[in-house]
Amino acid sequence: MQTKRTVLLRALRAAFPHTIPIFAGFWFLGLTYGIYMNVSGFSFWYPMLISATVFAGSIEFVAVNMLLGAFDPLQALFMTLMVNARHLFYGISMLDRYRGMGLKKIYLIFGMCDETFSINYTARIPEDIDRGWFMFFVTLLNHFYWFSGATLGGVFGSLIQFDTTGLEFVMPAMFIVIFMEQWLKEEQHMGAFVGIGACLLCLAVFGPARFIIPSMIAILAILTAMKPSFEKGKVLP
Amino acid sequence: MTVSQQIITIGMVILGTVLTRFLPFLLFSAGKSTPPYIRYLGRVLPSAVFGLLVVYSLKDTRVLTGNHGLPELLASVLVIALHIWKRQMLISIAGGTIAYMLLVQFVF
Repeated sequence: MQTKRTVLLRALRAAFPHTIPIFAGFWFLGLTYGIYMNVSGFSFWYPMLISATVFAGSIEFVAVNMLLGAFDPLQALFMTLMVNARHLFYGISMLDRYRGMGLKKIYLIFGMCDETFSINYTARIPEDIDRGWFMFFVTLLNHFYWFSGATLGGVFGSLIQFDTTGLEFVMPAMFIVIFMEQWLKEEQHMGAFVGIGACLLCLAVFGPARFIIPSMIAILAILTAMKPSFEKGKVLP
Repeated sequence: MTVSQQIITIGMVILGTVLTRFLPFLLFSAGKSTPPYIRYLGRVLPSAVFGLLVVYSLKDTRVLTGNHGLPELLASVLVIALHIWKRQMLISIAGGTIAYMLLVQFVF
C-alpha cells in the first residue's frame, strides 16, 4: 500500500519529462507575451493575473488589443468563443478519460489548453502510476510554466536581450510528434487524413486568421458523413 | 478604459475560455450515458484535432513569398525522421527546433 505522498511524488516524476518541451515553448511564448504587455504599457500585474486565470495562449495575445481598444464586453466574449472553440473538441475527446477524477476534474478541465490536452490524451502512462494525478501534474506544470514566463516577461520587459529567433518552432515540432504518436497507435487513419486535409484546404481558402471555425465545421461534417462506413469497418486508410 | 472596464473585459475572456472547456462535460456527464454519436466523435476526433493543431501551429508560414516555408519544411521533415528513427519525443522536438533556429538565424 503506497502512501498518498508516494503516489503524488511518483505521478509528478512520471509527468515532468512529458512537459519539458512545453517548458521551453511556454517560457518563450510566455516571456514574449509578458514583454508584449509590458511594451503595450501594462504593469506586470496584468500578464501575471491574466496568465493565471485565462491560461489559453492565443486569446491572451488578442486580449491585449481588446484592453487597448474601446470597451466592448460582448465582442470580447464572442471573440474568445471563436478563438477557443477548438476546446469543445478536446472536451468531447476527454469525456471518458476525465471521468471519475473527483474534484481534480474541475482543475483538469480548467487547465485544458492545446498542449495539456495533447499530452494527457496521448501519453503512455505506466500501469503503476495514478492516472488522475499524472494528468493533474501535467496540467499544473504547464500552467506554472506559462504563468511564470508571462510574469517574468512582464517584470523584466524590454531588459531581456536574447537571440531566440526560431525557438517558436518548438510548438509545431511538438504537435508533429504528438500527431505521429497518435498515428502509430491507431488502427485506421481516417481522422488524421480528415484533420490535415480539411485544415489545409480551409487555410488556403480562408487564410490564417479565419480558418479554424470553417475547419472545425468541415471536420465535423466529414466525420459525421463517414460514421456509417466507419461502423461497418469499411474505412480503408 | 477604466480598471473596472478592464476587469470586465478580462472576465469575459475567462468566461468564454471556461465555457469552451467545460461545455462538453456539462452536456454529456453526470450519470446519463453519452449519446452514441458523441462517443463516435470522441473516438475519431482526436486524430483530426492533432492534425488541426499541426496546421494551426504552422499557419503563419509563408509558402508563396519569402523563403517559401523552406525552413519549416526542412525542420518538420527532420522531426519526422528523428521520431521514426529513435521515437524519443524530446530528441525529435529538440533536434527539429535547434535545426530550425540555425536555419532561420544563419541560412535563410
